[in-house]
Parts: sequence; C-alpha cells; structure tokens
Amino acid sequence: MSGGDEAGRLVRPFTLTGGRTRPSRADFTLITTVTAVDPPPERAVRPQPEHTRILRLCARPVAVAELAAHLDLPVSVVVIMLCDLLEAGLITARPPRSFAGTPDLDLLQKVRDGLGRI
Amino acid sequence: MAPDAVKILIAGGFGVGKTTMVGSVSEIAPLRTEEPLTVAGLDVDDLLGIEQKRATTVALDFGRITISDDLVLYLFGTPGQQRFWFMWNDLAIGALGAVVLIDVRRPESSFAAIDFFERRRIPFVVAVNGFHGRHPYPAAEIRESLALPTHVPVLLCDARERASCRDVLVALIDRLIADVEFQPSPTS
Repeated sequence: MSGGDEAGRLVRPFTLTGGRTRPSRADFTLITTVTAVDPPPERAVRPQPEHTRILRLCARPVAVAELAAHLDLPVSVVVIMLCDLLEAGLITARPPRSFAGTPDLDLLQKVRDGLGRI
Repeated sequence: MAPDAVKILIAGGFGVGKTTMVGSVSEIAPLRTEEPLTVAGLDVDDLLGIEQKRATTVALDFGRITISDDLVLYLFGTPGQQRFWFMWNDLAIGALGAVVLIDVRRPESSFAAIDFFERRRIPFVVAVNGFHGRHPYPAAEIRESLALPTHVPVLLCDARERASCRDVLVALIDRLIADVEFQPSPTS
C-alpha cells in the first residue's frame, strides 16, 4: 500500500467486506491456493467489483498472500472476500500440505532437487 | 490442478537482511502485504511511543520459488520488530522450517528468533549475513557464542547472493531430511 493518509488506508479495506473484520470460516492460510471456477456456476450471484478483480487474478492458481499483495489489500480483508466467493461456488481452495508430525521424505527431496536447479 | 504449497520462514532481527535474502532467491520481485494492527494489539503495545499513532500496519515480505509443476515454495520474511511477534505463531503454522539470519555486528537482535523456534521445536538453521560479504568470525566461533546445539547448522552467507542464499536453504532441507531419517526413539 502506498500513499493515502493512515486512517484512510485502514478504514477503506473493511468497507469492501461490509464492515466484517472476521472471516466466516478459518480455512484460508497465507499459502492456501485459490483458483476461479471456470465456467462459473450458473446460479452464481453477480460478484461485486472487488470480487471480480479477485476472480480475474485467480484465473490460474494463486496463493492467498500473493492475491493480497497484488490487490494491495490486507490478507485479513482478502480472506473475508474469498469466503464469500467460496460459499458462492466461484472459487476452489486448496489448503497447503499439512505435516502431521514430520514432512515426508519425498517432498523434502523434491524441494532439495528444485533448489539445486536455481 | 493447483500446485502444492510449502513455506519456509526467514527470521532474524530488524534490518538483518531478511527481505534481501527473500529477493535474492525468489523468482519474482519480493511481494509485500500489510496488515492493520488490531486495537487489542495497540492497547498492549507500550513500546517506542507507538500509542501516539492512531493506526499502524505490520508488513510481511515474501517470495516464491517454483520447485516443479505441482510444488511451490514460499519464503516469508518475518516481521523483525518484537512487538509484531503475535503474527509469528500464525506464520509458523505449517512451515517446513526456518532460517535465522544473524548480523555479526549485533547478533543479539536475532536471539529472540532463535528462542522462538527452539521453544516451538521448529527446525532452523542459522545463517550469518556478512556485512558487505565479509565474515570476521568463523562459523564455529559464532556457534559457540550463541550456545547452539550441534544439530543446528551454522552457515556464513551473503544475503545479496542468490547461490549463497540457495545454499542456506539447501542446508535447512538437508537438516530436515536428516531429522526424518534419524527419528529419535520415543524414549530419547
């Protein structure tokens, strides 16, 4: 975020969420990958402009943190709007790999090999 | 199909070179998100006269490395200021591990990060970021002065250099692989 007075920057984002400051569900993390459903479901309500922006940005899979950075909005605001889109059936969300205890060896080896190529 | 996503944290004191390191290895220019601090956060914050500000934000810088078609690694630079630590718990959930960057001129600024990962048993490596790439102290000496156990790798690095940062990340993954391969028995 750049420019604008401090108060304005804070007030504006949450007007996009109708004043809500908490998401309706807790399953979005910074690296949850979201993807727009294409084509959108026929019964879907017409999305608001900011929702449309999100849908455009996640035409290909993108992480929540990246979306927030591109939208220049706090993650907390983006997550609330993503909840709306998920409930409307307009996006799918893929949670990050969960590690119950320890990560698996194949995954680690894959990361190591990938790093070796950069 | 959306790719799998994993993350590594780049931690350390304020101004130690976290964003520089993220930028050196990321395939995209580092991205930034800013969160407004909650009122509750402001109420408990008595540092640095922040109460005079009506509002503040905490910034998070991050980058991305595409490992393969189906796997993406995200690097998150943790907020350096101690008063933003409440964000760390969220950040740490699900992380593969962490890199703690150290500035040899003021190593104490990264002590809190070391404590944080030790307490939560999150695997980490220590990377000493040389000022202008210079390293006045050998890694062994730094390990001793930080009282780090032998299983924590200590590396000398230059956060401005891609290859150097990659080597630090590889050292972290090697440590994680070693942890999986040599699982301690439940009694140890």
